[in-house]
Amino acid sequence: MENPTQHLTPEEQFQARIDADVRIEPKDWMPDAYRKTLIRQISQHAHSELVGMLPEGNWITRAPSLKRKSILLSKVQDEAGHGLYLYSAAETLGTTRDQMLADLHSGKAKYSSIFNYPTLSWADMGCVGWLVDGAAILNQVPLCRTSYGPYARAMVRVCKEESFHQRQGFEIMQTLCEGAESQKAMAQEALNRWWWPTLMMFGPKDEDSPNTAQSMNWRIKRFTNDELRQKFVDMMVPQAEFLGLTVPDEKVQWNEARQAYDYGEVNWDEFWAVVKGNGLCNRDRLGARVKAHEEGAWVREAAMAHAAKRAERELVAA
Amino acid sequence: MQDDMQFASTENPALATYTPAVRQQLFQFVLQLADTSLILGHRLSEWCGHGPILEQDLAMANIALDLLGETRSLYQYAAQLEGQGRTEDDLAYLRSATEYRNPLLVEQPNGDFADTVVRQFLFDNFHYHFLKQLLTNADERLAAIAEKSLKEATYHLKWSSEWIIRLGDGTDESRRRVEKSITELWRFSGELTTPTALEKSLQAMGLIPEYEDVQASMTAHAERVLTEATLAIPQQIFMLTGGKDGRHTEHLGYILTELQYMQRTFPGLTW
Amino acid sequence: MNQSEWPLWEVFIRSKQGLDHKHVGSLHAADAAMAIQNARDVYTRRQEGISIWVVESKHVHASNPDDAEAFFDPANDKVYRHPTFYQVPDSIKHM
Repeated sequence: MENPTQHLTPEEQFQARIDADVRIEPKDWMPDAYRKTLIRQISQHAHSELVGMLPEGNWITRAPSLKRKSILLSKVQDEAGHGLYLYSAAETLGTTRDQMLADLHSGKAKYSSIFNYPTLSWADMGCVGWLVDGAAILNQVPLCRTSYGPYARAMVRVCKEESFHQRQGFEIMQTLCEGAESQKAMAQEALNRWWWPTLMMFGPKDEDSPNTAQSMNWRIKRFTNDELRQKFVDMMVPQAEFLGLTVPDEKVQWNEARQAYDYGEVNWDEFWAVVKGNGLCNRDRLGARVKAHEEGAWVREAAMAHAAKRAERELVAA
Repeated sequence: MQDDMQFASTENPALATYTPAVRQQLFQFVLQLADTSLILGHRLSEWCGHGPILEQDLAMANIALDLLGETRSLYQYAAQLEGQGRTEDDLAYLRSATEYRNPLLVEQPNGDFADTVVRQFLFDNFHYHFLKQLLTNADERLAAIAEKSLKEATYHLKWSSEWIIRLGDGTDESRRRVEKSITELWRFSGELTTPTALEKSLQAMGLIPEYEDVQASMTAHAERVLTEATLAIPQQIFMLTGGKDGRHTEHLGYILTELQYMQRTFPGLTW
Repeated sequence: MNQSEWPLWEVFIRSKQGLDHKHVGSLHAADAAMAIQNARDVYTRRQEGISIWVVESKHVHASNPDDAEAFFDPANDKVYRHPTFYQVPDSIKHM
């Protein structure tokens, strides 16, 4: 039988497979640009999990009850796991974790800017779970069907485990909102600080996002930034209302014609400033990661040296 | 998800047979165990996000989570023994440093990875062998808690023992560091098996195990591990004690300041 | 790059008795014993498994996707390997 794809270039055959929703696997041929874009996207995602451990991690020791302490620790631990799944997925594309970490530490690779905002009160643990994880899930669920097999499989695992993260955040907020005046005020204050930075998590406006079209073609991105941002607002405004909290945007209003909420303009100057390293915590976050990596070097070397000695002894014994 | 807090609701039938004085003593001892797991779990949780490699970040968080789970079972039982309506959180968050009964070892700072591994090894070696004895020689409820914790402690001891071996028999630097940590921390290990007046009294009643067997098993295991690590066991060390009687190093105050911050700042609220 | 990067291991987990070990992902470890422990800490935090296999990634040999047609297409036309290829009279039961 005549193979209809045999006259196509490798690029065209590749695109035909993607269009037919066939997953690409590590040893399959792929365009260099696809490989590079994926490495950048997956490692950036992995770095976000890794750096994302820090703002919540610093409240583990201050959590207000033993139950909350256990939940928060297991959540931050999950983030380490998710980082690990994602680094592994990126490694199937021919890079190494060491290389990716070197790029993170030198500032060449990015991570989600949201983690450059400080966590100042216990209600921030609620907001990070409810809003930040809520935004992340919107991004991540479609990626379970992304075209690159190892990435899609990692995301399936991540999404399965993430489901409790948002709920525990919402539960923290709900407990605060049903509690004393001081607790409700704490919740509102945190929402005021986290609302806009969370909207920025979806990235620049579509017209300022030149790579979106190619990424959507390759199915490594399944919705545009603005589509996801709108979904997020539509999902969160009613939840804030349920909690009795006010979203800090006077322009938020239901638009009957669009069947969606209108909302105000994100402060893009702030967005770009934080992306370029000028957020409140950029230096602290990166500094903490570099310190952990450098101070861990002798531990990693010791384990390798011991493994080598042991392997040699086993060889002699055999 | 299975609720690991299964001990909370059921009353221990043996409780009815204890005199108020015995009950009070047992309460103090269970508090001591709970404080110990909490403070060590707290210390380990400080590593979260700062470990030498992601895989070990996950491992240390798992150990911390096990210890926190054990802490909660123990405080809940302590609250029951006391019978004053206090909760696990009251006991953890509203007692001062001098009321805390954990041994000095577990409040020592994380230091570098070698310090953490040695502290963990010294504790795990005690914890594992103590829990084994607790299974058969103790108050019924304590034995039940021990049964669950023993499975976890078995894994902890494996983890810390293997790291002692890797660091001792690794590079020159890791050996130097782990030797320094051993010198620094070994002097806190004696307290673990030196019975206080409270412990002696409970041992005499058969409510908790004697420490001789525990100590013998600990010594045997430590010798085995340190030999494989090509490290020497410190001899003739002056052992520091006092934590189990509420006389702590200065570190504990800082731990509690952080741990209790929310409950002290916003008294009486639900989180 | 740094010589001390721990090697990569592939992890396979048996989720319950009677099922095959299934590939779940990979991780870094200095040796096999550590790889098994890391796999336990990374991949079974929610009781996902009862047994773990690890194999250093460099020891996994894979078929080449370019050979896929030669390897797998020939099985395409051997319909007689499938039970539905055969007609069994209605009166014959249990076959």
